[in-house]
Amino acid sequence: MHSTDWLQFALFLGILTLITKPMGLYLMQVLDAGGRTWFDPVLKPFEKLTYKLLGVDSKREQTWLQYTFSMLAFSLVGVVFTYAILRLQDVLPLNPQGLPALSHHLAFNTAVSFTTNTNWQSYGGESTMSYFSQMVGLTLHNFTSAAVGIGIAAALVRGIARSSVKTLGNFWVDLVRVTYYLLLPICVVFAIFLVSQGMIQNFDGYTKVKTLEGAEQVIAQGPMASQVAIKMLGTNGGGFMNANAAHPFENPTPLSNFIQMLSIFSIGSGLTYYLGRMVKNQAHGWAVWAAMMVLFVGGVLVCAHSEAAGNPIHQQLGIAAADGNMEGKEVRFGIFNSALFATITTAASCGAVNSMHDSFTAIGGLVPLFMIELGEVVIGGVGAGLYGMLVFVILAVFIAGLMVGRTPEYLGKKIQAKEVKLCMLTLLVLTLSILGFTAWACVSDWGVAGLNNSGPHGLSEMLYAYSSATGNNGSAFAGLTANAPWYNTTLGIAMLIGRFLMIVPIMALAGSLAGKQAVPPSAGTFPVNGATFTVLLIGTVLLIGALNFLPALALGPIVEHFLTAQGRLF
Amino acid sequence: MKALVSELRPAITATLVLAAVTCGVYPLIVTGVAQAAFKDKAHGSLITGPDGAVRGSSLLGQNFTAAQYFHPRPSAAGAGYDAANSSGSNLGPTSQKLNDAIKERIAAYRTANGLSDQEAVPADAVMASGSGLDPHISVKNAELQTVRVAKARNLSVEKVKELIAASTTKPSFGILGAAGVNVLKLNLSLDALK
Repeated sequence: MHSTDWLQFALFLGILTLITKPMGLYLMQVLDAGGRTWFDPVLKPFEKLTYKLLGVDSKREQTWLQYTFSMLAFSLVGVVFTYAILRLQDVLPLNPQGLPALSHHLAFNTAVSFTTNTNWQSYGGESTMSYFSQMVGLTLHNFTSAAVGIGIAAALVRGIARSSVKTLGNFWVDLVRVTYYLLLPICVVFAIFLVSQGMIQNFDGYTKVKTLEGAEQVIAQGPMASQVAIKMLGTNGGGFMNANAAHPFENPTPLSNFIQMLSIFSIGSGLTYYLGRMVKNQAHGWAVWAAMMVLFVGGVLVCAHSEAAGNPIHQQLGIAAADGNMEGKEVRFGIFNSALFATITTAASCGAVNSMHDSFTAIGGLVPLFMIELGEVVIGGVGAGLYGMLVFVILAVFIAGLMVGRTPEYLGKKIQAKEVKLCMLTLLVLTLSILGFTAWACVSDWGVAGLNNSGPHGLSEMLYAYSSATGNNGSAFAGLTANAPWYNTTLGIAMLIGRFLMIVPIMALAGSLAGKQAVPPSAGTFPVNGATFTVLLIGTVLLIGALNFLPALALGPIVEHFLTAQGRLF
Repeated sequence: MKALVSELRPAITATLVLAAVTCGVYPLIVTGVAQAAFKDKAHGSLITGPDGAVRGSSLLGQNFTAAQYFHPRPSAAGAGYDAANSSGSNLGPTSQKLNDAIKERIAAYRTANGLSDQEAVPADAVMASGSGLDPHISVKNAELQTVRVAKARNLSVEKVKELIAASTTKPSFGILGAAGVNVLKLNLSLDALK
């Protein structure tokens, strides 16, 4: 790493640290049905009107089951809404290129993908989606799936903070307040900033130009900035264009790149502060944040080092060794910003890419894959990262309790068999989906037919796809041709499993915790702040991630690393 | 099941109301401000030639093969620099196909620019970008092409170097990102000399 790389990294970490508290304090107001924000004078009437149209009493809180049903009903309607738009694309407006309707399996995959905050894309945006499909069919979910995730995280935190109650807040209130007070105001400013950097925002048809050498170049256009702002802030990650944030329109300058990276982490980072505030133990919030940061910094350094070292096979052919691995990377970002972006987008469940992970070196590509398989708990997706990490927190407390032979307590709540079972359920379901579907694809004709690379890298492409889908990430080893019935369907199912079979047990956990009595801390209570706790939490995350996925990783990127050193090609 | 059905009314209404706000009001506000404040950028930073015809976008690369032009990076977008089909090669580190392509490109680059077989070639010159539309090449890559372009155009090497400097983007604030030479801008400035 060059000295400027260290400076950029320090700048990123510094600004992220600085915005964590203000974001957390703002979230306190947004996630409180009676909270106050600067936008109240303008937005309060619209908020009230929205509840009226919905027929929802904003003062009435819901039990965990009611909250879950509201969430499921809303998600179901969202899938149908987007599926219908994509299937009817050819007759809907704002389609200057006359793009045809999507096939049923691609429409299913895409509708599920955006509803679950995954934004896996089996298609290339500019060659598949009309402006209407992008702006309405997809952008709606970029907002609402993010708001749902934040709402679930808030419900779980409320469950931890409250005692001897049945209710966890109101789904509709969380959904509306997060969308109106948090996401929309930031996105308006963010989108306009992006246009100032060169991002497009128009409804023109594609522009035909005659290049200097006389060839024809068709330039894709569209209302991009409004979609990209929420794609980043809401950790959705679905690109307007096929090349996503590597496309010069979708990420024009190093500054747009820097702000996009910050926006991916901003809400997730603030949520750890929100956690500390809500449970009246700010040191706990920072301890969780610190565990995330240690894992994050480690991932960035490994990835950046590996990409800067480059590929010995290509260097033997005569490429300057000092340049690193530039395949799939943009000159304006360089090696470091590509590695940093790749780690951020997979640590969070964003999935936008500013370089092609498929072309990373073996170890460079292992880092994003491993970040996803840890459960995207390093900051993580908005909301999803926090509730995922809290599962590990409870397991860490449980393990600590076993070690000292006491009933584990978490912030005054006894952790009993029911809670631990629910936590393990979320982890096992994810592991089973990732490894099960990958194994199935490996031994199926349809699975192998989609590969762009052979040898261990082919396995990595499939493993990455199901990790990304189940983890609701959406990035890819994008050589894989996934737009075929089997891949679209199985990836769609993996996304549903990863989202809802995670959320439902977590809501049950929240309900169970909320109903418990709080017991005052005693001398034997394991403290959930400080360095000991942070180290234990990191250990728990790594141990479970490593144990589950190491065998599969050994057959993919790890063996590929050693084969690269030997100069073996496939 | 009954609980789920009773939630369908707010679910449908919420979908419609939020769609109106986030997919109607919001993008229109952004479009309005963008058109008023950054009209040129909002439409793709298009470059117009002296005759008024659009010749490209200053943000997007184009294909160049003639000796008198600087050459861009290899592109995996469509047939090359297809700005309606952005894409990287997505070939991995142990790919035979990628290995063969790089080998061929290195040989062609050395021949075109009169380099010896020992001289290292800049990675960006023989490796495709992520978007297939990268407008930039590295400064080193531009320097190695300077003699060829100067010769083909009967220009002094110094003059060409001046133009390279004028088309070079430095890292933002001196630290963000990496320096690059915008190939289309550079080639346009070469053509403008005539």
